[in-house]
Amino acid sequence: MSQKIPSYNGGVGSRTAYLGLFMALAIIFGYIESLIPVPVPVPGMKLGLTNLVIAAILYLYSWREAIVISALRVVVLGFLFGNMFSIVYGLSGAVLSLIVMALLKKTGLFSVVGVSCGGGVAHNTGQVIAATFLVTGFPWRWYLPILMIAGLIAGLLIGIADAIILPRISRIGVLQTK
Amino acid sequence: MKFLRKADLILIIVLALIPCAMLFYNIKTARAMTGAYLSVVVDGWETGRYDLDKDQTIRIGDTNICEVKDGRVRMIRADCPDQICVHSSDIGAEGGIIVCLPNRVILEIREADDTIDTGLDGVVR
Repeated sequence: MSQKIPSYNGGVGSRTAYLGLFMALAIIFGYIESLIPVPVPVPGMKLGLTNLVIAAILYLYSWREAIVISALRVVVLGFLFGNMFSIVYGLSGAVLSLIVMALLKKTGLFSVVGVSCGGGVAHNTGQVIAATFLVTGFPWRWYLPILMIAGLIAGLLIGIADAIILPRISRIGVLQTK
Repeated sequence: MKFLRKADLILIIVLALIPCAMLFYNIKTARAMTGAYLSVVVDGWETGRYDLDKDQTIRIGDTNICEVKDGRVRMIRADCPDQICVHSSDIGAEGGIIVCLPNRVILEIREADDTIDTGLDGVVR
């Protein structure tokens, strides 16, 4: 296609609308995930479908938009389906994950797959750190490596999905990756 | 795969090796259990020790209920919405742990001379 497609990333109005849409999508993903029982012996393992949206925002906009949406969906999901503690665990994971993903992306060395892998590992590491502080005697020595591996696998799958989705979103011409 | 760069592969391998090394270290330093018992810890305080050989139902505060049956321990009730501890697999004399994060309840199999974790690896006398 030679025709130049205008990008709508820039406008304040459309940006607000699209970020609202992404926010809704992230919350729906979080809800769907809470419905699926996870048959693993270690609690806390999940795919992290919402990170599909957060990583996409990181690429379509910037880390600023991504961190706002990420923090907001943790709070909203926490109020809807969790409790105070799930908000604390969720926030510590989400913030650490986003910092790591933003830094990995900034180096320019990694594709969205590598960025997402780092994010997945950082997310679970953040949650284990929070649990270690909140729960005295929390066996982090065992939880940390197991959840790091789980985060890596989840991050890999989410990263591959994003690597497939992002070029398609760009091709539609509504939003452009940066 | 076209979307995997060389740097991605290196990152993934490094991220896989770190937890494997930690697990290897944990397994190497783990000891066999002798005289295992169930320790119930709430909010950092051990509230009770229970024999694994005796079948019983233990009320933990007014939030959780755990059950000891045929040497297996499992959480049968928790008032939290996620129910992760209830769905955790049961634990027994081989060691293991069930954690209820919202209520800060930990069920852990400990050794007879094992006291509550002080956070220290060891003490030099």
